[in-house]
Amino acid sequence: MPILEAIDVHGGYGGMNILNGVDMAIEADEVGVIVGPNGAGKSTMLKAVFGLLTITGGEIRLRGEPITNLSPHKLVEMGMGFVPQEKNIFPSLSVEENLEMGAFLKPATASRLKQQIFEFFPPLKEKRRQPAGELSGGQRQMVAMGRALMNEPSVLLLDEPTAGLSPLYMNEIFERVKAIAASGVGVLMVEQNAKQALRIAHRGFVLAAGQNRFTDTGEALLNDPQVARSFLGG
Amino acid sequence: MNELIYFFNYVVVAGSVTGCIYAMGAVGVTLIYSILRFAHFAHADMMTLGTFVVLLLTMLFPHAGDALGLPTAIVMLPIGMVFTSLVAVGIDRAFYQPLRAHKVKPIVMVIASLGVTLMLQGLIRLFAGTGAQSLYVDARKEIFRIDIPGVTRPIILTEPQIILFVVTIVAVVGLHLFLTRARLGKAMRAMSDNPDLARASGINTQLIVTLTWVIAGGLATIAGTLLSLDVAFKPDLSFFLLLPIFAAAIVGGVGHPLGAIAGGFLVGFAETLAVFNWSVLLRPIRDSLPSWIELPNNLAIVGTEYKIVVPFFILVAVLIWRPTGIFKGKVI
Amino acid sequence: MNDSDSTSQPRRSTPQPSQNASQHRRDAPALARPTLPLRELVLFGGLAVIVLGVFSMMGPAYATRMLVEASCYAILALGLTIQWGYAGQFNAGIMGFVALGGFSATFFSIPVNHAFWQSDLPARLGWVLLAIIAVVAIVFAITRLDRIGVPKLLRTILAVVAGLIGYLVVVSWLRSVTGDIESQVEFIGGLGLPVWLGWIVGGALAGGIGYVIGHICLGLRSDYLVIATLGIAEIIKAFLKNSDWLTRGTATISPLPWPVPTPGDVGFLSARAFYLAVTVVMIAVIFFLLHRAYHAPWGRMIRAIRDNEVSAAAMGKSINRRRQEIFVFGCILMGVGGAALTSFNGIFDPQGYLPLNHTFLVLVMVILGGPGNNLGTLFGAVLVYVIWIMSGPLALALMHLVTALGGDWFGWQPGNLDSRALQARVFVIGLLILMVLRFAPRGLIPEKVAQHD
Repeated sequence: MPILEAIDVHGGYGGMNILNGVDMAIEADEVGVIVGPNGAGKSTMLKAVFGLLTITGGEIRLRGEPITNLSPHKLVEMGMGFVPQEKNIFPSLSVEENLEMGAFLKPATASRLKQQIFEFFPPLKEKRRQPAGELSGGQRQMVAMGRALMNEPSVLLLDEPTAGLSPLYMNEIFERVKAIAASGVGVLMVEQNAKQALRIAHRGFVLAAGQNRFTDTGEALLNDPQVARSFLGG
Repeated sequence: MNELIYFFNYVVVAGSVTGCIYAMGAVGVTLIYSILRFAHFAHADMMTLGTFVVLLLTMLFPHAGDALGLPTAIVMLPIGMVFTSLVAVGIDRAFYQPLRAHKVKPIVMVIASLGVTLMLQGLIRLFAGTGAQSLYVDARKEIFRIDIPGVTRPIILTEPQIILFVVTIVAVVGLHLFLTRARLGKAMRAMSDNPDLARASGINTQLIVTLTWVIAGGLATIAGTLLSLDVAFKPDLSFFLLLPIFAAAIVGGVGHPLGAIAGGFLVGFAETLAVFNWSVLLRPIRDSLPSWIELPNNLAIVGTEYKIVVPFFILVAVLIWRPTGIFKGKVI
Repeated sequence: MNDSDSTSQPRRSTPQPSQNASQHRRDAPALARPTLPLRELVLFGGLAVIVLGVFSMMGPAYATRMLVEASCYAILALGLTIQWGYAGQFNAGIMGFVALGGFSATFFSIPVNHAFWQSDLPARLGWVLLAIIAVVAIVFAITRLDRIGVPKLLRTILAVVAGLIGYLVVVSWLRSVTGDIESQVEFIGGLGLPVWLGWIVGGALAGGIGYVIGHICLGLRSDYLVIATLGIAEIIKAFLKNSDWLTRGTATISPLPWPVPTPGDVGFLSARAFYLAVTVVMIAVIFFLLHRAYHAPWGRMIRAIRDNEVSAAAMGKSINRRRQEIFVFGCILMGVGGAALTSFNGIFDPQGYLPLNHTFLVLVMVILGGPGNNLGTLFGAVLVYVIWIMSGPLALALMHLVTALGGDWFGWQPGNLDSRALQARVFVIGLLILMVLRFAPRGLIPEKVAQHD
């Protein structure tokens, strides 16, 4: 059974439908990557999963349980983590405090998990007392992911985690994403850097106009000439 | 030396007293601002309300403090704080929360808080009348005179002033520790930083809002009560506090609790220094001045009746030169 | 869209000027929306019934006085409705502008104090004024010393020191002159000029203060304007209250001349009716000007800025300039309205200006009537003022009832019932503000937002 499953999801903002029937499913140790042109509804889909916009049709399931239109707060309790694209840290809080906020619902495990996160993202350990707003872009992204991981999620949603990062950091972040999935967390992420992202993806979903255009393994999509031509720039 | 003691009594002590009061008020304003994003104009009336509750309790049990050797009002203070906090939370639920749910502009929240101001003022004066009342019901204020050898004039401190200094230090240190160490305090700062992410992290924002009102209401009660203990309870207390408190919060950088404390002391001392009659200090050198300089008897920068000009002037100066405040608040 | 409905004229059509002016009360609803102003008709009809009720119960002289005061308040409310309703700027210091207008009306209209002008005091006062100008000039000159290479820090220090010394010298000098004025001739008296001149200057003074405040605050968050106006109002009041040499302070000045025959000449009813005619004409003129401005490109720009500042700025609108204009214009109206109100009251008492009566009451009029809708504001002003005036005796009666019950049940015996009854009204005003914000945020006669294609 997939850990996260979306079946024929419709939805949008203020009566305007952006999603017109999206299907996706990922297993507990898989990376799912959503790619597609601008305006295809990639980020919208992620927000729909996290309960940030009203779904007008279809269903979303977490471990087989329906979670359609549950509030973000409830979803966090059920083990979902979300890292927005922008404003994904608390800038005036220290790195350590940012992580603690991620474990707000499970304070007892905070210090143990914090150590794990520091081992997982070594650059954060030395900057633990520094306000997160003073870090570089890549380190901020690590803080943001670390904060979401502090809740020990079973599913992690990442909205363009490598946007605006240098290639060095991008690879670093993708490596970490792979490692997160390997530890048994289902990762669903939206990416602009489609080729690199599909390389680590177990599942790839190519969206266009709010619908699945291609759905396959990452590798298969990369090798599909049609996908390459239309969506990956040749 | 006499003049220096005079300066100490009328500037250092008085300025510290005013500074403590303004600081605690400004912290409340700044906390409410950083969590709820609007300027809470009813804050000074929450001070009055808290003080009034303490006054009522003191009148009911005038001798409750005797056993502890403290003024009764101090013993009643925690009850007053709890009550005022509950009222503050209730007002939020009844009036502010529905508006927040409608996502109104911050300025509408400000107008709502002006409405709350009028309600509280009306209510308090309805029951308390408009006259001043001492918080020392059936008791006497203790005044300490500390003699300095070789000087005729003593340093004068009153019991409420000493209590005020101690309580302010405890409250400020406590608040600082709470915000930097406690889980909920950090969550409060997190929500002030990024409310959406706080929600996405599973922080119970409703709880944080409630907590903010509890802290602000508690601090307001402490400040109002200790001020009234030193002077007297006046139902129009709020009127004289509103402008200095906001000036203090803005000077310190809105959304910045430590800045608000610094701003409170800055405004408090500025007020005291501005109304202080400087010619007193110049008296000893009067005889040595050349005869063409005639020292006027009154060398205060502003008369006491124009005290309100001082916070206003500071406010305007900050708005012109540094709208984010000296500690870089969140607001521009 | 507009043209598809053949029975209605296009909304943006400019009204014919002849329809306006003196008859505006009856015609204005038709102007605002030519289709079917049922809501307006019903509300104004109800208001007319209430006003007629007051006429029959309290007598025409009393009711006319109430209407004159209500019309003065309507001018204040129109001032606020353009600031708050048109431009989203909230002014919490209406009282200050009212007091300023009131002072100007008083100063211009009351008789000349010959004792003052025949003494040496005017000359001494003149010297102090010159000294003030000199100090300002010196400080200004110091800030310009960079021309000869004085570093910034030194300039700042010099300017502050010079300003402080100059200020102290001038102030102690002024204190001695004003002290002599108070002891020798009581106060400087007035100018003995026609009262309407005072009204105009009052508006100009209020506009000037509004300009300075607006200049400082309008580029910042809206909350700051609230704090600043609140503060300036208190400062104006403190100044007028404590400057006995200028205003007689708490001793008050009365009687004040009217621009029309006074009750002493033609009786209460006629005099008040004349006064009412004056204020109604003023409202009509303001109303007409506002109506034109609202539908002119300028008004559309103002509303565009209020509704979406960013896109208005992106379209190249000079936001702060427009805001400044609107704020100053609103303040001018408040100054004029305050002048008219003070002249009518016949007494200048700085302590009589209260935030409750002169700021919050106006606020309630505007938000209840309909911010941004002139007609709604007018309606709100008259309705709220009638309720306010009538609620005084009512509150007192209620208070007596409550104390009687309270005395029976709990032995509660509060003294000073009258002032307490007034406080009950304060509570009600506050509650009313909150209720309107929550349940009728756009007022009883909301601003009609034009639906353009």
